[in-house]
Amino acid sequence: VTANIALVVVAAASVGGGVYLMLERSLTRVLIGVIMLSNGVNTMILVAGGPAGRAPLSKLVDPDEMSDPLPQALILTAIVITLGTTAFMLAMSHRNWQLNGHDDVQDDAEDRIVRRRAEQDVPSDTYDLNQRGEYTPDDEQAVSVPPHRPTPAGGGPGRTKAGTEEDS
Amino acid sequence: VNLLVPLPVILPLFAAGLNLMLHRRQRTQRVVSTLTLVAVVALAAVLLVEADRSGPQVAWVGAWPEPLGISLVADRLSALMLLVSATVTLAVMVFSIGQGMTSDTRRTPMSIYHPTFLVLVAGVANAFLAGDLFNLFVSFEVLLFASYVLLTLGGTGARIRAGTIYVVVNMLSSMLFLASVAVVYAATGSLNLAQLAQRLGDLPTPVALVIQLMLLVTFAIKAAIFPLSFWLPDSYPTAPTPVTAVFAGLLTKVGVYAILRTQSLLFPDSPLTDLLLWAALATMIVGILGAVAQSDLKRMLSFTLVSHIGYMVFGIGLATVAGFSGAIFYVVHHITIQTSLFLVIGLVERRAGTSSLLRLGGLARLAPLLGLMFFVPAMNLAGIPPMSGFLGKVGLIDAGLEVGTPLAFTLIAGGVLTSLLTLYAVAKAWNLAFWRTPEQAHEMVMSLRDGARDGRGYGAGDGDGWGVPASTGASPGRDQPADDEEETRDLQELLDVGALPSRLPRSMVGSAGALIGLSLGITLAAGPLYAYTERAATDLKDRDVYIGSVLPGGSS
Repeated sequence: VTANIALVVVAAASVGGGVYLMLERSLTRVLIGVIMLSNGVNTMILVAGGPAGRAPLSKLVDPDEMSDPLPQALILTAIVITLGTTAFMLAMSHRNWQLNGHDDVQDDAEDRIVRRRAEQDVPSDTYDLNQRGEYTPDDEQAVSVPPHRPTPAGGGPGRTKAGTEEDS
Repeated sequence: VNLLVPLPVILPLFAAGLNLMLHRRQRTQRVVSTLTLVAVVALAAVLLVEADRSGPQVAWVGAWPEPLGISLVADRLSALMLLVSATVTLAVMVFSIGQGMTSDTRRTPMSIYHPTFLVLVAGVANAFLAGDLFNLFVSFEVLLFASYVLLTLGGTGARIRAGTIYVVVNMLSSMLFLASVAVVYAATGSLNLAQLAQRLGDLPTPVALVIQLMLLVTFAIKAAIFPLSFWLPDSYPTAPTPVTAVFAGLLTKVGVYAILRTQSLLFPDSPLTDLLLWAALATMIVGILGAVAQSDLKRMLSFTLVSHIGYMVFGIGLATVAGFSGAIFYVVHHITIQTSLFLVIGLVERRAGTSSLLRLGGLARLAPLLGLMFFVPAMNLAGIPPMSGFLGKVGLIDAGLEVGTPLAFTLIAGGVLTSLLTLYAVAKAWNLAFWRTPEQAHEMVMSLRDGARDGRGYGAGDGDGWGVPASTGASPGRDQPADDEEETRDLQELLDVGALPSRLPRSMVGSAGALIGLSLGITLAAGPLYAYTERAATDLKDRDVYIGSVLPGGSS
């Protein structure tokens, strides 16, 4: 197989840049990284198709002079998929901005719990789950617990459904 | 019969389109989705019988001359996976209809749950049937896309946070997949799996190894094999329960299937036994230790999911007929059991208002049927004889003994240990959620709150909680979704105020119960099923069955 050096260099540079950007915090940069990465990989597929030739139109062009049409079909498919992903990630980053005022990728829940525990120097909550008042609760949802508000029997308005997920 | 092969993919896609058009008529949507899934189950059953009786069924899509087009292949393995996955998705669909989550048009512009779910089903079916590498890539993308949408359904803070990580990780693995497709094409000039099976052997070993490792890493991310598993327990629990259930049942198993397929068909001479077995061991142990440390039922189950992937990789890594057969059996067992457990957790959430082990208590008295429905699959997961979990593990241990290397023995020990730790994790959950009284749970939560108020707790948080900060009313017209507000009352308080439904919808209980029944049925039918997986594994080992039916001319 003969490979086009320029294309190889382009692919390598895009993939490298893409990976670098994907390591960023901001979702927008990650998104640009994804786009670069996919362009780099698409170029790789193009390289895989061998040397360029004439347009692959059957019966008009001699098959020996054609460039390989299959990689082009693959690239086309991949581009469409990347387009969809890009749109979805843009929507997500917009939503993130709506909710949080920024679009940074947030830490893993587990990560935050562990870090907070380390800062406060408390043992893990499974250390002894039944020991009263010895340590603090498991995760942040238990934490932002407001003090116990006694509600009159019969229940207040709203909040009739308890679950957090059912009604979404 | 060959014409039936593409139908499990086409039908759900068409139904998804139909559902999009019908988005105002929810009742029709439900009927369409359910009927489609029933049809897919029936098709898969026909394919299974046909593949078992007369060998792999091959369909060429697109009317190209034969080795050039897109092939869909239903051999014994594919057909079995298809049947199990279709059955599970049907149960989840009925469950989610019962839950009423599909009919919510208040927060989403249109009811997207049904179409997306069907697209997911189509993607999964296509992944199982795909006969070439690029088609496999496309079906991964189809199912991933559907999963992105389902995971971030409603767009709440927690789901966006989890979804971001999920999307980025999966994008990365897709790109890796695409890059390996490019490398494979450059090296062999084909993407058809059967042709690749013939040609990859001629490649220089280093090139073949690079291809193999690239594919393996790609699929290991999807299958959540340690050390590529950390995205899973973080993202799955935030999704709506039926979604988590179907993800847990199917998506990782698609990755496992892809590993099994490529390892057996493309790289029979380089099983990478050591690598896979170590990865399997680490997956099992690290996963289950994570599960033991959790105090939320959904997170606990997500970790056991990761952990039990290790068993399947164990079987694949052994690369013997017995190993493959055990792995296939375990996949079937695990799909049903993990999905039904998540559905039961959905019921628990519905009944008790929370899935946090700290706040639950006394469910066994409150809802005895629910207790039974948790207990049976939980014990099955842990591998208590005589249920299918036990049989699956015995099969794998048997396969390990047959190989008999020191590493295989280590794996057996690891598997047994994992099984015990699983038992510990689910027993802990059982004790806290079902066995103790709600008063005890209440007392504990109160004491924890006191601790939190003393300033020793996380109460002094930096505001990066799950919910939406009150200050960001940035989106006009968005009614503040109640589900961003974490439920902070424990079961006792909820019972006091009577905030809980006393009855569960019959279709939710019924579908979860049906899945549990199915998992028990697997136990009863374990003999024939094991015979079948044995035959499937023999087919995998003897690649000529697959290659011969895809390329009858034997062309290279």
